[in-house]
Amino acid sequence: MSDQYVLETRGLVKEFKGFVAVDNVNLQVNKGHIHALIGPNGAGKTTVFNLLTKFLQPTRGKILFNGKDITSEKSAAIARQGIVRSFQISAVFPHMTALENVRIALQSFQGNTFHFWKSGRSLESLNDRCMELLDSVGLTEFADTTTVELAYGRKRALELATTLAMEPELLLLDEPTQGMGGEDVDGVVELIRKAAVGRSVLMVEHNLGVVSTLCDRITVLSQGAVLTEGDYKAVSSDPQVREVYMGTASSTAEVTE
Amino acid sequence: MAGSTNESAIKQSIIQQRKSADRKKLILNLVLLAILLIAPAVLYPVFLMKILCFALFAVAFNLLLGFTGLLSFGHAAFLATGGYTTGYLLSTYANVSTEMGIIAGTAAATVLGLGFALVAIRRQGIYFAMITLALAQLVFFFLVQAPFTGGEDGMHGVPRGYLFGLVDLQNNTAMYYFVLAVFLFGYLLVQRTVNSPFGQVLKAIKQNEPRAISLGYNVNLYKVLAFVMSAGLAGLAGSVKTVVFQLASLNDAHWHMSGEVILMTLLGGTGTLLGPVVGAAFVVNLEYQLSQGALGDWVDAILGGIFIITVIAFRSGIVGEIQKFMKKNLS
Repeated sequence: MSDQYVLETRGLVKEFKGFVAVDNVNLQVNKGHIHALIGPNGAGKTTVFNLLTKFLQPTRGKILFNGKDITSEKSAAIARQGIVRSFQISAVFPHMTALENVRIALQSFQGNTFHFWKSGRSLESLNDRCMELLDSVGLTEFADTTTVELAYGRKRALELATTLAMEPELLLLDEPTQGMGGEDVDGVVELIRKAAVGRSVLMVEHNLGVVSTLCDRITVLSQGAVLTEGDYKAVSSDPQVREVYMGTASSTAEVTE
Repeated sequence: MAGSTNESAIKQSIIQQRKSADRKKLILNLVLLAILLIAPAVLYPVFLMKILCFALFAVAFNLLLGFTGLLSFGHAAFLATGGYTTGYLLSTYANVSTEMGIIAGTAAATVLGLGFALVAIRRQGIYFAMITLALAQLVFFFLVQAPFTGGEDGMHGVPRGYLFGLVDLQNNTAMYYFVLAVFLFGYLLVQRTVNSPFGQVLKAIKQNEPRAISLGYNVNLYKVLAFVMSAGLAGLAGSVKTVVFQLASLNDAHWHMSGEVILMTLLGGTGTLLGPVVGAAFVVNLEYQLSQGALGDWVDAILGGIFIITVIAFRSGIVGEIQKFMKKNLS
């Protein structure tokens, strides 16, 4: 059983003072899959992400990573074990260069992160690997650009390069295409497809076009609970799903707020 | 093929740029060092020493505010703990040398800093600031009430003694160069730290803490270490200040002092290395100038006004604004 799933939640519950944000969610992410978590606004998708990475404490329930119970681990420890997340708002270090952004991720596996007496030059041995990662997302020429000056799409690409530097086994992407125009979306879809080789991905995504082309399996959340689960075809033809996406005539149309 | 030669050309030009920037910085630092070395020939050494002590205090504070993103409102406690510890040891025990007294004061502030950090680090923003303020008030209360601190008067007549048993520190010129050496030690330590692998992590935490956590960093450990370093250096500044003025003053423990170091740092430029030094020099000098004239009673009001103007119009501070100007016009 546990060999099949990279991530599993059992009866996951999060209550905020009488309000149930996540209600008894049993989620299973197959190894090697790109798994989408969709649902209308307020369905609890981001809360689930926050629970999985322990930015929030679950009220009840268990989280298993490769069959191992990680429910009581801390955020940083979970990241080190191989579950690395992105954020809805692009998570970069704005006043560092693109290269330094990626290097922070690589650095976390080195033993020198407390060495305040060492020269910054001691980090330069990581630069080649940084350039490889930046190259893989098409940011080579921006290595020395301060991140705040990068365009939005490039910031998201940088965020992905930084996340990949952690060599995560499971990638959690929170709305990777949010706020992007068509061309940028295609670029990010390609990047995710490349990044997903050899690992598993769980992503929250509003753009059903992206979900349909990219994802192996889809879980629909509504009001904190799992509404249905299956591949795109099964999910998109489910009348319940159409109902929660009220007013959406075509199931492939982009769902916006 | 064309891509790779292009890439190496980019790399070359980047390396060139870095080198020329490094050289400019080095020249600037050497000029400033030369000014500090000849300054006592022109200006009154005790006045300069006061500036250097506060500059070190502000540099230490800026390690937290400017490079880690933590606003401590209790740094007076470390300045005073360093000062009082050194003052007490040097006045009470004739066989404690000056340098031992200073080291002990620094150590006491470092330990106190660890205590503060362990209590406060779990909270953020205004709550963090308030906890540090509350703890610093406890230290103030202790220093007023304890039988050996001289209460409201502080400790007077602390002997300056001899440095390493050789150099008579009663001589103001000798004292000045000693203070300058201590200041440079603290400044260079902070400079090294913010550019080190550890400093990179601090910057990352300051700029986006959730992201740093999601990259596997146990951010509280880094914050605690930064806090302890900052407290220790603030204590060093207080210890040296006590030796210079032969006085451990209760003013150093008052929350006014915690506010003043925030003012100095913001005014000079947070997140720049030189900013706190410039800010400290500016504030100390202004206080001195005003106290000489008819506006003596207005010092706090004038400083408050300057503070408001800085926060509203010149948020990068003196050094920060100069850096921005140079970037815009000279590159």
